[in-house]
Amino acid sequence: MKPKVAFYWCASCGGCEEAVVDLDEKILDVANAVDIVFWPVALDFKEHDVDAMPDGSILASFINGAIRNSDQLKMAKLLRAKSQVVVAFGVCAQLGGIPGLANLTDAKGIFAEVFKDGVSPVRLHRDNGHSLSLPEFFDTVVELGRVIDVDYYLPGCPPTPKIIGAALGVLLGSELPPKGTVLAPDQALCEECPRKDTRPEKLLLKEFKRVHQVVADQQTCLLAQGLACLGPGTRAGCEAMCPRGNMPCTGCFGPTSRVRDFGAKALSALASVIDSDDEVEIARVLDALPDPAGLFYRYSLPSSLLGRRRME
Amino acid sequence: MPEGFEPKIVAFFCNWCTYLAADLAGTSRIKYAPNTRVVRVMCSGRVDPQFILDAFAKGADGVLIGGCHPGDCHYQEGNYKALRRFVLLKRLAKQMGLEDERLRLEWISAAEGERVKTVINDMVEKVRALGPRVPARRKEVA
Repeated sequence: MKPKVAFYWCASCGGCEEAVVDLDEKILDVANAVDIVFWPVALDFKEHDVDAMPDGSILASFINGAIRNSDQLKMAKLLRAKSQVVVAFGVCAQLGGIPGLANLTDAKGIFAEVFKDGVSPVRLHRDNGHSLSLPEFFDTVVELGRVIDVDYYLPGCPPTPKIIGAALGVLLGSELPPKGTVLAPDQALCEECPRKDTRPEKLLLKEFKRVHQVVADQQTCLLAQGLACLGPGTRAGCEAMCPRGNMPCTGCFGPTSRVRDFGAKALSALASVIDSDDEVEIARVLDALPDPAGLFYRYSLPSSLLGRRRME
Repeated sequence: MPEGFEPKIVAFFCNWCTYLAADLAGTSRIKYAPNTRVVRVMCSGRVDPQFILDAFAKGADGVLIGGCHPGDCHYQEGNYKALRRFVLLKRLAKQMGLEDERLRLEWISAAEGERVKTVINDMVEKVRALGPRVPARRKEVA
C-alpha cells in the first residue's frame, strides 16, 4: 500500500497550492509514490472523510497558511491527530506570512476597515429551523507551530518546486532529519546570489532607494545600489529568484537557524550600513523606509518576539 | 494600575563607559531607584535588537541602553552602530504599540556616576507613570 499524504490550506492565498502544481510532470511521480487522501483545492474529499481515518494513518500532512479562525484551528488539530508527520508548508504556516500582518490591528479594526458601518459578519444565523454559522475570526493570527506540533518546515512564499521535490525525497527516504528542521539550506541568500561578488567588503550607504525610484543595475549587488535587499538575513533555497529578476529580496524564506527574530535581525543588518554618525542625518536616511514593520516583518510578524501590535 | 507597581527595567551597559559609571555610582554611594537589572555587554554595538525585543517579550517594562559618548567608543564605532539601529528600532517599536518612554539610549561616560542616577531615576518615574507593560501575545492569542 502506498503511503498516504494530505494537503490543507489555512489563512493563505493559494500560491502554495499552485506551487504543488508547479512540480509539473514530477507531480506524476508524486502521485505514483503516494496516495493523496485529502486536498480540498483539488480533490473532493471532505472533513468527515478525514474524521473517519484512524489516528496516525496519514504519513504526512502538508499544511499551508497561518491560523486566523476557529475552522483552521480545528482542521489543523484534526490533521495532526491523523498524521505521523506534519509539515508547515510555506512561510505563512512557518512564520505567519502576509496574513500575519493583520497583527498590526485586531478583528474589530479589520471589520471596521472592510465593512465600515455596513453589515458585519454574524457568527450564527437562524432561519426557519435551520442555522448557519461562521468560524470565529481571531484577533491575532498565529503560525501553525503555535497551535499544533509541527515536525518540519518548508519556507518560502511559496516554496519552490526544487525545495518541495527535495523535501518529498527526504520524507520518503529511510532517514528522517531531526524534528523541527527547516528543509532548506542553512545559509544566507547572498551565498546563492549571482551578484554576490559585487558586494563591497565594507558596505556603507548614504541613502536608501525604493524599487519604484530607480532602474536597478542588472549585475551589481542590490543592497550596494541602495535598495533594501534582505538577502543578508534571509535563508537560502530559492536560488535568489528575486535578485535574478532585478528585485530585492523581501525575506520570504525566513531566517537561518541562528536567528530567533527575523525582523529584528534584518533591521539590525540594514541600519548598520548607514554611512552617518549623526542622529538627524540617520533619521533622514531612514525616512526612505517608511514602514519598518511591513518591511522587516512582512512574512514573520506572528512568530516574532513581540508577535503583534499591542492594542490600546 | 496595580497597587505598588515597581517597573522592571532591563539595562544593557557597555563595559568601558556606562558600566564603569554604574560602578562609580556604587562606590560613591550614590542612591538611585533599584528597578534596573543591568546586563554588562562589551559594547553598546553588541546589543542586538533581538535582545531588546526579547526583554520586552519576557515582561520588561522598559529597556535602557548605555554606551560611550560619540567619539569615545572603545571599538571606534560600536556606539554609532547602536545609534543607527536604535533610531530604526524606535520606529518599529512605535508601530508595535510600544510607548516612547519604554525604550531609551543614553551616552554615559565612566566619570558620570551621577548621570547614571539621573537617567535611571527619570526613566523609572516615566515608566512607572505608564504602568506595567502587559505582553500583547499572552493576552490576545486565541
